[in-house]
Amino acid sequence: MPEQIRKILGKHGRSPDELIPILQDVQAAFGYLGEESVKAISRYLRISENQIYGVSSFYAQFRFTEPGRHGIKVCLGTACHVRGGGTLLDMLERGLDVHCGETTEDKRYDLDRVACLGCCALSPVVQIDRDIYSRMTVNKLTELLKNYE
Amino acid sequence: MNKLTKKIDSAKGKWEKLKENREPIVYIGAASCGRAAGALDLKESVKAFLDENKKSARIIEVGCIGPCYLEPLVDIQMPGEPRVSYNNVNAKTLQMILKSHFQDGTPHKKLALGHFGTGDFDGIPRFYDLPMLKPQVRIVLRNCGLIDPEEIDQYLAVDGYQGFMKALKSTPEDVIATVRQAGLRGRGGAGFPTFRKWTVCREAAGEQKYLICNADEGDPGAFMNRSLIESDPHAVLEGMLIAGYAIGASKGIVYIRAEYPLAIERLKRAIGQMREYGLLGSNILGSDFSFEIKIKEGAGAFVCGEETALIGSIEGKRGMPRSRPPFPAIAGLFGSPTIINNVETLGTLPNILRNGPDWYTRFGKEGNRGTKTFSLVGKIRRPGLIEVQLGTTLREIIFDIGGGVQKPFKAIQTGGPSGGCLSEEFLDLTVDYESLASAGSIMGSGGLIVMDEDTCIVDLAKYFLDFTQKESCGKCVPCRVGTKHILEILQRISEGEGSPDDLLALRTLGDTIKKGALCGLGQTAPNPVLTTLRYFRNEYLEHIKDHKCRATVCKSLIEYRVIKEKCTGCQSCVRVCPTGAITGPRSEPHNLDASKCIKCRSCYEICRYEAIAGDAIVIRTAERQS
Repeated sequence: MPEQIRKILGKHGRSPDELIPILQDVQAAFGYLGEESVKAISRYLRISENQIYGVSSFYAQFRFTEPGRHGIKVCLGTACHVRGGGTLLDMLERGLDVHCGETTEDKRYDLDRVACLGCCALSPVVQIDRDIYSRMTVNKLTELLKNYE
Repeated sequence: MNKLTKKIDSAKGKWEKLKENREPIVYIGAASCGRAAGALDLKESVKAFLDENKKSARIIEVGCIGPCYLEPLVDIQMPGEPRVSYNNVNAKTLQMILKSHFQDGTPHKKLALGHFGTGDFDGIPRFYDLPMLKPQVRIVLRNCGLIDPEEIDQYLAVDGYQGFMKALKSTPEDVIATVRQAGLRGRGGAGFPTFRKWTVCREAAGEQKYLICNADEGDPGAFMNRSLIESDPHAVLEGMLIAGYAIGASKGIVYIRAEYPLAIERLKRAIGQMREYGLLGSNILGSDFSFEIKIKEGAGAFVCGEETALIGSIEGKRGMPRSRPPFPAIAGLFGSPTIINNVETLGTLPNILRNGPDWYTRFGKEGNRGTKTFSLVGKIRRPGLIEVQLGTTLREIIFDIGGGVQKPFKAIQTGGPSGGCLSEEFLDLTVDYESLASAGSIMGSGGLIVMDEDTCIVDLAKYFLDFTQKESCGKCVPCRVGTKHILEILQRISEGEGSPDDLLALRTLGDTIKKGALCGLGQTAPNPVLTTLRYFRNEYLEHIKDHKCRATVCKSLIEYRVIKEKCTGCQSCVRVCPTGAITGPRSEPHNLDASKCIKCRSCYEICRYEAIAGDAIVIRTAERQS
């Protein structure tokens, strides 16, 4: 792991504005920002770990725990909300027995909300990993989840 | 400039050849929304069909032409014939369409939506004569869905980069004057005259100046910028060159949401092509203008759409706004003069430069020149991406372009979470910066959300406040604490626990936040509550006094029932009910135990869409003792 972090850091300069791009790269590689990664970044950019947590916790994108195998993101943009996105999220929270922002115990799914995926005309939409599914219903979603082990 | 002129000549040659169409071309609408509707699977099927039948054709992925409700769209252009567009294509209809064109040699008239030629073609209507397209004026979106967004040559062939070359031949001051004559105002929502910002930056002291393209389209329910970048990235990048030249910047940054991966990919490719063609770097086209463009991905914070917060985010800090002055045009990114323009503002510039300001002022109305793109969504028959002249009425947009609402119209929200919710009496309001502001709403970046009688106004206000409350950066107390308070009151009302005094409290809180917040997010956050209080007061009162949600949305105030006469006892709902609230033997009307029901909607959906009983399960206002 340290080797991989060193590689990522090597691609970036040491100015403070590199922090967010570095965090993004680290998260892309490991799926989350682990303690060791933050320590390494802190040494590299010569800013405190505190500062790094301050910045990273401000943005919705960053997470600090290991992600599940599949990421489910329920879109709660206005169009999706009006067409029942909230009901989909409720159903997932109950069905998977997790709260929004958590990972299921078997590490199969992460459940998250997203402010808008920009596919409003096909609402409500749900993103699973990199695929976006349009015009979802509670029952369609239940069937769909079976495809993600 | 010679090198580029040659490239343009060759690009035009290629384009002419493409237009002469010696070989068939299949265009597939593959922006994010087209992909969500299955466009990429269709592409594979087209390939398989061609292989199987030993036919050859060019397959081109294009962007989004706008009518999202018709996705996925596939266009076919046979040699010597106009391009014919087909809508809502699925695996089955695709085969029928391909067979018709490639084997029978004729378009599939029944399935065809429209054609892009002139005059009549086999009785198929012209695409631009379709009711959704006809009232529109397409300036920013002129190439969307028509050219290949991954080919700079196609952009060059439709007069791309001509506006920039014209700018390069005149002085930066002349470019600013042109934009001033055109009357262009910032399309990010505030409507500040673009030339004025530019002049301040141009005249500001400082060696290094920056131009930032704000593509942090965070408004839920808005996707204009995503579509434009995915469908015509070079238009935005050309706009950046023009703006950079005018203000004297040598560095450009596109700040774009990480949630838009396809848009980012297309921008990266387009920037690479610009470099290859000598449109980036030092001494561009032999002039003394040097410019570089970098992409910065946002990390998910709505407030970063605000100028000073955006700058903070690029600098690697928490994206929190700071007080102004100094304005970014004087002291912005890393303390240097910085201009931040919205994607659409930049996408408009090439057109103004190319065609001149007099041409642009022909569109729109006095003080509100030109066109504006909107994402028209919600409970509307024809949702999609549209572009209209400023000064068009809401009625024209909703009913002529959007095809109206299936159930009776209730309200339209303009300007996203920062905007206002307008009732039916405002349908004849013209869409321009001042008229919308006078009604208590804003133009915003261009999200239009239409609501019908199934939308609960209290729930909607709660939704927007939930959003702004979560996105408030926390710097200013009125916004941080005030939005939370408003949300709690709304929550109470939606549960039927509100009191009439709450309405006054909402107003007072709203007014306080507006006055006490530093940035646009806070200053506009109460708008959805204040406008709904003004125009839909009765619905609030119904929730408070009668404990009734007429749209049957607020969960505490509704219940699910089985209509015994309609229920055939098919057991579909019994199978999907997660809590075992519905019971009953097959072929006999089922029972729904209200104490176990968690109102998850599963039974309602399956009954309406899949069960033989039809609509035997209904959602209605709960009867409740008060």
